[in-house]
Amino acid sequence: MTEPLSESDRRRNYAYVYGVVRAGFGVPDRLIGVAGAPVGTVAEGSLAALVSAVPAVDFEEAALRAHLEDLRRLERVARAHRGVVDTVAAGTCVLPLRLATVYRDERGVRRALASRFEDFASALARLNGRFEWGVKAYTDEGEAPAPVPAAGAGAGIGPGSPAPAADSGRDFLRRRLAHRRAEEESQRHAAAFAHTVHDALDRFAEHSTLHRPQDSRLSAAPGHNILNGAYLVPREEAGAFAGLVGELAERAPGVRLELTGPWAPYSFANPAAPEDERASAHTAREAPRRPETPGPA
Amino acid sequence: MTDHTTDHTTEPMTDRMTDHAVRRQAPIAPSPQGERRIALVDLLDRLLAGGAVIAGDLVLSIADVDLVRIDLRALISSVGDRVPSPFATPGAARPEPLP
Repeated sequence: MTEPLSESDRRRNYAYVYGVVRAGFGVPDRLIGVAGAPVGTVAEGSLAALVSAVPAVDFEEAALRAHLEDLRRLERVARAHRGVVDTVAAGTCVLPLRLATVYRDERGVRRALASRFEDFASALARLNGRFEWGVKAYTDEGEAPAPVPAAGAGAGIGPGSPAPAADSGRDFLRRRLAHRRAEEESQRHAAAFAHTVHDALDRFAEHSTLHRPQDSRLSAAPGHNILNGAYLVPREEAGAFAGLVGELAERAPGVRLELTGPWAPYSFANPAAPEDERASAHTAREAPRRPETPGPA
Repeated sequence: MTDHTTDHTTEPMTDRMTDHAVRRQAPIAPSPQGERRIALVDLLDRLLAGGAVIAGDLVLSIADVDLVRIDLRALISSVGDRVPSPFATPGAARPEPLP
């Protein structure tokens, strides 16, 4: 796909694309992109791409792959990308593009705008005046489950059931079992409440999608993340949406809700048939995305 | 409530946005102490899984990258050596599949 860079290519720039807007939008002055270059637009018909120059040597395929697997570099690119998209989104509707969408030159950008014109134009119409809000639910810190066996494997009493043993042993096991049942009960309760929250927010929002629950060690958030939803809400209903989240939070013993936003509509950028979008968003994300652990078996 | 809306839609969004825990006795209101830097993990949820994907004569689109591998590396390098595998935590309390 990508051939080794020639000497002249090494000094060239590529075009990093952040998102698509309607042509004629004036990019705010001094808006800086991922590699420190100013952001401008490349227009084609009634659409324009938000673009900045990036050094080919850092953004050709092999280098980019390596960069994106380096968390610090990934973070720099991600924050710069978001900075551009969300700054522009404060002034006009932006169709955000996925991180690291890079073309060799502006002609490539124009061709992409032309070939996907109808998709982009309809996505901009669909998303205009809407923002994305994130709502996450966590089990409360104090009630976060103590180490329990993995779901499934440890459910029930099975292998942990006490064989008749000394009294003290039996008491210990009984207490342990009661403790475990209480934890399982509280997990079920929290999961059921997460459903309630999602259903209520989904009904309010125009669209919703579920992200994978976050690993608490990566998010550094206390508690266990049991819901990681994104909701597309018209601008003028943002206050009411936040109010609904607040009401749900009041009914949430043992569950903490966290609201983030407004975001540009990243999670709703890929066009899909509206009905399919809902269905697939709900089910696709539920497939265990947990990668197989490569560690010692 | 209307203030809340206009706060966010008329001001340029910066790298600080509302991100607040919502609890009893803690009504939602964007406040200085309720703002903090956007969590990287929230950002990656959106930028690696969201955003429109264009095929064509791209140099590279993330869609071509083995995302699982990126996830894995990102997770492992951020949790440090003391935690052997970030995937040991059972997703026990994950919501059941939704309709």
